[in-house]
Amino acid sequence: MACKKQTVPFSGTKEQEEALKKVISELKDIQGSLMPIMQKAQDIYGYLPIEVQTMISDETGIPLEKVYGVATFYSQFALQPKGKYKISVCLGTACYVKGSGNIFSKLEELLGITNGECTPDGKFSLDSCRCVGACGLAPVMMINGEVYGRLVPDDIPGILAKYN
Amino acid sequence: MYRSHVLVCGGTGCTSSGSPQIIERLKEEIERQGLTDEVAVIQTGCHGLCALGPIMIVYPDASFYSMVKVEDIPEIVSEHLLKGRVVTRLLYDETVTSAGVKALIDTDFYKKQHRVALRNCGVINPEVIDEYIGTGGYEALGKVLTEMTPDDVIQTLLDSGLRGRGGGGFPTGLKWKLAKQNDADQKYVCCNADEGDPGAFMDRSVLEGDPPVVLEAMAIAGYAIGANQGYIYVRAEYPIAVDRLKIAIEQAREYNLLGKDIFGTGFDFDIDLRLGAGAFVCGEETALMTSIEGKRGEPRPRPPFPAQKGLFGKPTILNNVETYANIPQIILNGAEWFASMGTEKSKGTKVFALGGKIHNTGLVEIPMGTTLREVIEEIGGGIPNGKRFKAAQTGGPSGGCIPAEHFDIPIDYDNLISIGSMMGSGGLIVMDEDDCMVDIAKFFLEFTVEESCGKCTPCRVGTRRMLEILTKITKGQATMEDLDKLEELCYYIKENSLCGLGQTAPNPVLSTLRYFRDEYEAHIKEKRCPAGVCKALLSYVIDRDKCRGCTLCARNCPAGAIIGSVKNPHVIDTEKCVKCGACMEKCKFGAITKK
Repeated sequence: MACKKQTVPFSGTKEQEEALKKVISELKDIQGSLMPIMQKAQDIYGYLPIEVQTMISDETGIPLEKVYGVATFYSQFALQPKGKYKISVCLGTACYVKGSGNIFSKLEELLGITNGECTPDGKFSLDSCRCVGACGLAPVMMINGEVYGRLVPDDIPGILAKYN
Repeated sequence: MYRSHVLVCGGTGCTSSGSPQIIERLKEEIERQGLTDEVAVIQTGCHGLCALGPIMIVYPDASFYSMVKVEDIPEIVSEHLLKGRVVTRLLYDETVTSAGVKALIDTDFYKKQHRVALRNCGVINPEVIDEYIGTGGYEALGKVLTEMTPDDVIQTLLDSGLRGRGGGGFPTGLKWKLAKQNDADQKYVCCNADEGDPGAFMDRSVLEGDPPVVLEAMAIAGYAIGANQGYIYVRAEYPIAVDRLKIAIEQAREYNLLGKDIFGTGFDFDIDLRLGAGAFVCGEETALMTSIEGKRGEPRPRPPFPAQKGLFGKPTILNNVETYANIPQIILNGAEWFASMGTEKSKGTKVFALGGKIHNTGLVEIPMGTTLREVIEEIGGGIPNGKRFKAAQTGGPSGGCIPAEHFDIPIDYDNLISIGSMMGSGGLIVMDEDDCMVDIAKFFLEFTVEESCGKCTPCRVGTRRMLEILTKITKGQATMEDLDKLEELCYYIKENSLCGLGQTAPNPVLSTLRYFRDEYEAHIKEKRCPAGVCKALLSYVIDRDKCRGCTLCARNCPAGAIIGSVKNPHVIDTEKCVKCGACMEKCKFGAITKK
């Protein structure tokens, strides 16, 4: 759940804050702009810690609890930072029937983390996702947008080694 | 003028299997061999045969190269493009016959298909509006604005029999008619491109391969109901689709096909994009509109229906991408043309995303009324590895499984509902004898539990209880009373949930119970998983007579559960065994089995 204690101290820069303020001033008068603002904010900071949510609330005048409500409703918004290498394993139906569950277990075993977590060194984070749409290559995983398809669990150590 | 056009698929499937590198290499090689002025390389949308990506088609002869590798490019350029000799070795093998090269349209995969919604996918460059216009694009909008009244447009849609392709199957013309009747100072046209069913990618392919068709159809809708603003709500997980939509909107504005005074008729219409943020429930219409408003995407009870009170409290129509993709064609070719395809109550074609245990994974568009057998055996090329078909799953987490006994049922909205499944948005996942139906039901329930928005109790709590019972069954801890309770819960949740997500969440369980009750009972009574999937009920055994004592299994066992000395039969210590199956995969003598 989203109430998980924050483990990484917030370290936003002045530039990031300025970028966020610029985005907000451009978008805030558009009807229903809270989500686009939050999406841009996540692009700037990589995640949406409470500090960033507070800035959004202050600048737009939208109550913080509304911002927090939206941040915790959608799975795309992260309250915790992601790893340098973001691994997402497709657990959509087409990949699942072709064994992506075993790929996921293998990653959990090798990285020592589970869904939604990040390794202590900040290197890898692991997420499951629903259908990246490369069903022809099932089972599929992505690392920072690069797609690896037709996987078997034995491929995983070699792929991770590329990033180590 | 170019003497040859090389079309390379730039859909997500082919991009993932490396088509951008193919295009880059191709351009390099064409330049190196001095053919830049003669041969054009065009990145298109999806051709459908995703399993064979990256795909490349060379015109004018339409040679179809499949699974193209970067290393093959110099040969294709020098042989085919320079000297005009097709590299038969690298063609899609179905097109190669003893009598010569067969046209793509005659292959099993394509010959039963009929492309209406996917008409331009794989044909035009989706990033160039002129190519869309060149194939008749924006003609329908011109016709509507200059020759038809809003009522004519709505009547044409009603006569065509077009029903919503997002899964609900509501008549599109009726939806528009209701929205037109409601007077308001502002109305909206929305497009649902939040394709959330795992394993379904029809809408994405349209957006990637032919984005202007959606814009044109939305403008037609705007004219018909009296709206001048549209929103497309698209999944952020579809970056290519989002980029191409942005390009298509910009180009349409430049050509004044969106904006003020379109075609000089005084009609204004513009479209904005809104990105989803990963919530399945936002595919539900009221939730989607709440999300566009920038709030938590929770559904609300209907009535009032969106046609009365939708986005920002104004009359709104919401249609799915594939529905829109049909509309310009209906306007241009007439309602009778569209109504001549399909079955009595389901007109036209339907796009399906074939996935799972099937040869030709990919995208197919078939006339309604085609049988499941034709789709799976003929178009899909059957089940790989000589396995037996068990079920086809349609409708994603809201749908059900169709067993082999209904293989010959013509696919349409009403037939699928009568056998306990549904059309859904078009995902069609094939399962074979190695898939456990209880496990599949559990998989879908896990999905629903995760995606339930939490607003109403039957869905939030009920699905969780169902998942607990299913987990008990897969662990062999359930009783027959649990099974009764599960079934009772299904009906309760269906009747009492607020929105479509909860009302359909029990379907995967109900349909598997209907057709595969024996599998549930085997788990409960015999503590056995007939398909050999549920780990808690499995045990791995080494056949003493087949084991040669090579020690390979023991060396690969992560739990150290295999005991035995060289050249002597090994044994598995079931206490230590974690049932990962590594030993069975590694054994070269087929001595290890699971049961």
